[in-house]
Amino acid sequence: MKGIEIFFKTLIKDKVDHIFSPPNSFGPQIDRIFDKKFKNLVKNVISGNEQGASHMADGYARVTGKPGVVVCDSDTSGTNTITGLQTANMDSAPIVVFVCHFSENDKLSNVFNQIDHIGISRSTTKHNFLVENISELSRIIREALYLSITGRPGAILVDIPKHVLFSEYKFNFPKIEKVSGYSIPKEAKISDVNKAASLIMKAKRPIVFGGGGIIISGATKELQNFANRLKIPVTLTLMGLGGYPPNDPMRVSWIGMHGSYFANKAVHDSDLVISIGARFDDRSTGGVFEKFAPKAKVIHIDIDPSTINKNIQVHCPILGDAKAVIKQLLKKIPLNFKPDKNERKSWFDKIKSWERENPTIAIQKGKMIKTSYAISLLSKITKGKAVVVTDVGQHQMWVAQYYDFQNPRNQITSGGLGTMGFGFPAAIGARFGRKKDAVLAICGDGSFQMNMQEFSTAVANNLDLKIVLINNGHHGMVRQWQTLFFDKNYSCCKFDMNPDYIKVAQSYGAKAFKIDSPFDLESSLKEGLSTKGVVLMEIVVDHTEMVYPMLTPGGTMDDMLLDPSDPIPEGPVPDMA
Amino acid sequence: MRHVISILVDNEPGVLARIAGLFTARGFNIESLCVAETEKKSLSRLTLVTSGDDWIIEQIIKRFENMINVIKVDDFKETESLQRELLIARVTPTSKTRSEVLRVADIFRAKVVDVGTKSYALEITGSKDKLEAFVEILRPLGLKEINRTGLISLKREKN
Repeated sequence: MKGIEIFFKTLIKDKVDHIFSPPNSFGPQIDRIFDKKFKNLVKNVISGNEQGASHMADGYARVTGKPGVVVCDSDTSGTNTITGLQTANMDSAPIVVFVCHFSENDKLSNVFNQIDHIGISRSTTKHNFLVENISELSRIIREALYLSITGRPGAILVDIPKHVLFSEYKFNFPKIEKVSGYSIPKEAKISDVNKAASLIMKAKRPIVFGGGGIIISGATKELQNFANRLKIPVTLTLMGLGGYPPNDPMRVSWIGMHGSYFANKAVHDSDLVISIGARFDDRSTGGVFEKFAPKAKVIHIDIDPSTINKNIQVHCPILGDAKAVIKQLLKKIPLNFKPDKNERKSWFDKIKSWERENPTIAIQKGKMIKTSYAISLLSKITKGKAVVVTDVGQHQMWVAQYYDFQNPRNQITSGGLGTMGFGFPAAIGARFGRKKDAVLAICGDGSFQMNMQEFSTAVANNLDLKIVLINNGHHGMVRQWQTLFFDKNYSCCKFDMNPDYIKVAQSYGAKAFKIDSPFDLESSLKEGLSTKGVVLMEIVVDHTEMVYPMLTPGGTMDDMLLDPSDPIPEGPVPDMA
Repeated sequence: MRHVISILVDNEPGVLARIAGLFTARGFNIESLCVAETEKKSLSRLTLVTSGDDWIIEQIIKRFENMINVIKVDDFKETESLQRELLIARVTPTSKTRSEVLRVADIFRAKVVDVGTKSYALEITGSKDKLEAFVEILRPLGLKEINRTGLISLKREKN
């Protein structure tokens, strides 16, 4: 059997049902074989561009938990996936990019199209492979898929030279039980669990700080049991949204640079932070790590040892899988243990009183639509149950604030790398992965232009996909920082030449309409969301609206700007990115 | 602080690049690096000398441990491990210093491994301090060039 047949056969046998690739990525030689033998066994989604394909695979991976597979050519096809690899890798999304060579590619000969993909992808992947011999092809494919979804999931690249693709070998499907030098933490050490349990039983003002790990590990139910039994409030990071239901009595919104006032306050004031599957990123802690939760002891539960003690010095590190460790803790803490009623009541009362000081409510004022209000309407109309894929910027933060995600794997966003242009292609991938639920791409106009060629994929596949395009004519978050910290010097943030997005969408064959009045907003959104097919809803919004609350740069988590009248603190200008 | 990190890895292409790449990505310097096969052909041992505060070293080690193909990482303290390095020096003495060079070699237990009409090549093994002292003494005696293997180490047996 030819290497290329082994390649497709192994993928299909390993339950890969979607392959995302740019046009003609298989090359004419492979297309013939693919069309003849495999076309009906796996869906080949053809993207406009390879970056698009990699984000599609990412969106698919995040909604399903299965590896998102990209197949591309060895030229710029491969280099265009680098952003997608790093985006996925930073957010622990399992994608595997296969780079197939179609010209004999001696690594030293500088032939046409030659690129050292192993070299350039080294720092953007969890691991990468060069297949040197056809005898190891199926093993490496299986290992790549296995590595992508196990442990802390991540991005993998596999480089397959031409001589491997076109030589002959018998098909085999080796078992992957163990990869050399790779171990997957599951249950935690008993001594660590004991230490954590005693800290939890002693705490007066504990709080769970839940990250994306809860979703990846599927620990929502266990965490609900844990929090409700021990009466511990649960707040989430950006990546954790959807990992804990918003209407659960223990839920305390979300934390971070634009997290809720009361959630940030609660973390700052707590005496025990129980972090589960979060990595204390600067965007979720304020970035001044030594001032993080100064009164608290910190328990850090994570599957990746390199995140522990990286940003925050923790008192009780626990290496393990979130779900397994929560179960261990529940077992360890005696069933008859009850936290002190008065202590807990005063802790929850305190959080409630902060919430009253600054609740999360979107208010529509003035003639221009406020984005925050539009997002809160979308949440209401879809009952918080849609898969919402965002781009990066102000709208991303408003989605986090005002969309009440009911279910895990429904909030898809580029948190770690902040990849503008991620939203639209990732929503297409999410659509392929999630056939039943509504899928919404919410994009800013700045981000949207970075990958809007993917209309071709959405329309060609006749997808039922709604795009909410927030048009404020600016890079809104840049403008916000220029307003707050750079003397309103609005440089390079305004779009002098925004295209007519309605015409753009229509030219690809999508449906499109514009909303610019707050009075029509709700009815227009309802109409758009119930229209079948690819529908672009362009909402023209007030570009002066800013995202609040905002952690004061260099300050602590209880130090927030709450509205435009708040004075900007003196001191050095912070890093935006 | 100086650290001697010993890393057991799969003997596969790309592993060394991945490890060295981590250092460049983080802006750390490698003082020396030595790689060779172990008693098992499928495994190689890398001995790497670097310096940095404990927090940085902890981060580096965790990153190494996270790498696929890395089997085991040890951060050796000087007292816990044997540490040796090999150095070859070429010396071109004058007729006056010729015997002095041989005497120094004798004191340091270095071996003469090549003799020419104008020069000697000397081979010496030992700790970093010993080798550096050797080089400093040879310098005024006509030292031309040296080459060093970098440090290798082996864990001492526990008492």
